Amino acid sequence: MTTAALDRVAYRQSRARRSTLIALVSTVVFAAVLLLAVTSSPGWPRVRESFFNLRIGWESLPALLEGLWLNVRVLVVCQVLILIFGLGLAAVRTLRGPVWFPLRALATGYVDLFRGLPLLICLYLVGFGLPGLRLSGLPNNPVLLGGLALVLIYSAYVAEVFRAGIESVHPSQLAAAKSLGLNHRRTMQLVVLPQATRRVTPALLNDFVALQKDCGLISVLGAVDAVRAAQISAATTYNFTPYVVAGLLFVALAIPSARLADWAAKRVATRQGAL
Amino acid sequence: MSTPVPVLSVRGLTKAYHDRPVLQGVDLDVAEHQVVVLIGASGSGKSTLLRCVDLLEDIDDGQILLDGRDISDPRIDADEARQAMGMVFQSFNLFPHMTALANVALAPRVVHGSSRRDAEDRGRELLDRVGLSSHAGAYPDKLSGGQQQRVAIARALAYEPRLLLLDEITSALDPELVGEVLTLVGELASTGRTIVMATHEMAFAREVADTVCFLDGGRIVESGSAADVLTNPREDRTRQFLQRFTGGR
Repeated sequence: MTTAALDRVAYRQSRARRSTLIALVSTVVFAAVLLLAVTSSPGWPRVRESFFNLRIGWESLPALLEGLWLNVRVLVVCQVLILIFGLGLAAVRTLRGPVWFPLRALATGYVDLFRGLPLLICLYLVGFGLPGLRLSGLPNNPVLLGGLALVLIYSAYVAEVFRAGIESVHPSQLAAAKSLGLNHRRTMQLVVLPQATRRVTPALLNDFVALQKDCGLISVLGAVDAVRAAQISAATTYNFTPYVVAGLLFVALAIPSARLADWAAKRVATRQGAL
Repeated sequence: MSTPVPVLSVRGLTKAYHDRPVLQGVDLDVAEHQVVVLIGASGSGKSTLLRCVDLLEDIDDGQILLDGRDISDPRIDADEARQAMGMVFQSFNLFPHMTALANVALAPRVVHGSSRRDAEDRGRELLDRVGLSSHAGAYPDKLSGGQQQRVAIARALAYEPRLLLLDEITSALDPELVGEVLTLVGELASTGRTIVMATHEMAFAREVADTVCFLDGGRIVESGSAADVLTNPREDRTRQFLQRFTGGR
């Protein structure tokens, strides 16, 4: 290497070291100020006692973890159902021809309804309304009904994400498929949907991060999930710490999904850049 | 002996995008084993003509006959009619989520009922013929433009279409990659393929075309043998177009 090059490298390294040092110092100062502001507030001792009580938090942990396990199972089952149902809805909305009008209209109406309906209201209507019909064979298990409500609402969102993906596939791809003699169904199945799903993966993962925490809402139907477990143990200890612990557990659950979403987005970006 | 029915027969084809006329009464006959080259300025209707023939666009008036059968009749199954034609596009339009081999084997497998193995064997053969046997497993984004276009040609040949439609297939290529694609088309022409191609490569047109058609304003202004149209054009508009093309060289 020439001296000019060595000099450049040395200069860049010194700049990089300086940047790291500044970031470190500023983070420490910022955290210290924040901590000081919170702990010096007049109500801090009581807040610490009722929200950050280590002993109560530790004692509530087994029940919370058991509840979280229920959330995770609901999450996994719902995710699969939502993907299937959402994709089906999106595919139905692309069907052409007058025969399919009723299906298409139904799918459009479904998406309009469940995308607009607040999840909490849907949970109440499904969770208390369906069993109220007293039809034989209908479940009255709050976990199943809560899961059903989640699937109903999230399928509508996911269907729209898929539809955006389908519409993002360039018309020249459709022309190429048609020119080979593929019919509409084959074109969708083999050319459009595979490209659409790859493109919308980051957006879908983002929706699933949202679903992870909304799984906690099935507690309003009485399912003993992490949120409900926190509520129970808060009611017996007169302390809010179990809620904080449950919240941290949900955050911990979301972080891997969020990183996965970032990774998928980056992968799609690099692949599309190469196209 | 009766005259054989042309492979392609276009009668009075008219097409407008919204209110802008693109084709205004095009007549064209293409006999078997013939290579017809469409020339003309951008916007003269060459691509639209090819897209109409492949039933990728709805036409406003006229008829398109393939082996004497009216495929522009809305009552026929357009998907089935397209199976007799192969089209290659200016921008390749390979399926980016499939390997070169999967692109080529797709139509035989899905549309023409070949088994996966037969379709892939045939696909390998074709990739070999276009000089890409070592790239069978490559995805389109790993291939150069010229390689992608050769895969696209193999894909259009995979089901032995009666008619090959080539829409400015070298226009999106770097100059040094044009040759490999044109060489391949020349080989196809010499093996008796029936081809209609739109192109700006005049030297190539002179070499392979049985008939050259000059389009202007959505009409075929002049057509005839390559020597006649490209060397001794009858029409002023053809002469002006060719001068603009060769004037600078």
